[in-house]
Amino acid sequence: MTELSGNASVAGEGSDFRRALTSMVAVAAENAADVDHNSRFPQEAIEAARNGSLLGAAVPSEFGGLGLNIAELCHIVEQLGRVCSSTGMVMAMHYIQVLCLSRHGRSEYLQQVLRRCAKEQLLLASATTEVNIGGDSRSSSCAVRALPEGQIELKKTCPVISYGRFADAILVTARRNEDAVASDQVLVYLPADDYQLNKTFDWDALGMRGTCSEGFEFAGITEQAGVLDDLFEKISAETMLPAAHTLWASVWYGMAAKAGENARTVVQRAARKNPENPPPSALRLAELEVSLQSMAELVRSAIARYQAGWQSPEVLESLQFAISMNTLKVASADLVRKIVGDAMLIVGIAGFANRSPLSLARLYRDSIAPSVMVNNDRIYNHTSTLLLVSRGER
Amino acid sequence: MESVLGEKIREILANHGKLAVDIAEITDTSDLYAAGMTSHASVNVMLALEDTFDLEFPEKMLTKATFSSVQSIAEALTEIGLD
Repeated sequence: MTELSGNASVAGEGSDFRRALTSMVAVAAENAADVDHNSRFPQEAIEAARNGSLLGAAVPSEFGGLGLNIAELCHIVEQLGRVCSSTGMVMAMHYIQVLCLSRHGRSEYLQQVLRRCAKEQLLLASATTEVNIGGDSRSSSCAVRALPEGQIELKKTCPVISYGRFADAILVTARRNEDAVASDQVLVYLPADDYQLNKTFDWDALGMRGTCSEGFEFAGITEQAGVLDDLFEKISAETMLPAAHTLWASVWYGMAAKAGENARTVVQRAARKNPENPPPSALRLAELEVSLQSMAELVRSAIARYQAGWQSPEVLESLQFAISMNTLKVASADLVRKIVGDAMLIVGIAGFANRSPLSLARLYRDSIAPSVMVNNDRIYNHTSTLLLVSRGER
Repeated sequence: MESVLGEKIREILANHGKLAVDIAEITDTSDLYAAGMTSHASVNVMLALEDTFDLEFPEKMLTKATFSSVQSIAEALTEIGLD
C-alpha cells in the first residue's frame, strides 16, 4: 500500500492548496442553484478543481499529486457539501476511484495512469452497479473477456454511472473471467477513448441533480494491464467501501452543518431583537445541536479509525471495521435527513422558500438522496449478517 | 492435515458454503471464495463449525482469510484448541 501520511506542507494555512480550495468552494456555491435547476454537471466547479490541482489531491506525491490523506480529502468534500451537495458527491466519488487506483494498482501501466491523473487532472467515475444486481457491488454478472494481443473486452448494462458522460476514465467491476463466479471480481480502469456509452436512462430526480446519475450500456476494449492488481474483494474491503463511506459521510456532514448554520442564524437574530425573552426556537436549536454533535463526532471518529488502520490490512479486513463503516453510512444518511428537516422547522418560511438567503429547499431535497441513492436496507442487511457472528467488540 | 477433520469441514462446506462447484473438486488449499462462497455463506459455515466442534472463534479470527480454504479453517480450529 502507498504511504499516505498526509501532506501538512501542502495543506497548511496560506498554501496554494488552501487558495485552490477556497476558490473552488466559491465557484461551486456560485453555480449550485443553476446546477440544481437544470440538473446539469457542475462544470465550473470541476474546472476550478482542475485549475487548482485538486483533482490530483488523492494521488501520492511521488506520482505528482498532492498526496493528501483521507482526513484531508474528507475536509475538501465537507467544505463542498456546505455549498453544493452534487459537487461534493462528484469529488467524493472521484477520490474513491483515485484511492482504489493508487492503493491497488501496482503495474507500470497503472502507475503511468496515476501520473496522468495528476498531470492532466483526470476526472474518474465508476461503474459498479449492474442490471438485475442493483447496488450490491460485490456481485457481477458481466465478465472480462480476453482478446488476442493483450487486450480485453468488457460490456456492462449499468443502471447508473454518475457523471459518466463527463469523466475522463471509468473504473468498472466485472467477473475476473467468463468462468468466474459472481463474487470473483476485478476492477478495470478504462480511459474514455477505450469505451462507448449509450445512454439508457436520463437523470431528473428530486435531489443531487448535478450528479447526472444516468444509466448506460457500457462497451469497452482496453489493455489487459488496465485490470487492477488486487482482486476486487480486497479493494472493496480496504479502500472502496471505507473510502466511500467516510467521504460521503463528510459531504453529508457538510450539508447538515450548513442547515445548522441557517437555523442558528435565525435563532440568534430573533434573540437579539428581544434580549429579555429568548425565542421558543432556541430550545429547538439546542435539540438540533444534539444531532449535529452526534453526526460530527461519528464522522470524525470514523475518519480517524480509517486513517489509523490505513496500512493495516488485518484491521481493514476485520469484522468490526466492516460493521463500523456500514454503520457510519446508514447513521449519517439518517442524520443528514433528520438535521436538514429539523433545521427547516426552525428556519421556517425563509427556509421553505425556494429563493431566500436562508433557503433550505435544495438542501432538503438533496438530504434524502443518501438514504435512497445508496440503499440503507441493503447495508443493514449486510451488517445483520456480520452481527450473527460478531463478539460485540467495537 | 488430519483427514477426519478435513472431511468434517468439507461436509459443513457442502451443506452451508453454497459453492458453485462439487465439494469433491475442493482440495485442502482451494480458494473457497473463488469457488463461489459469498461472505454471507461464510457466516453460515462459521456458525456450523462452532456448533459441530462446540467452540467459539475469537473476534480477531473472524476474517475472510480464516475461512478461505479447508486448510485455513483446519488451522484456525487447531489454534483455538480443537484436539
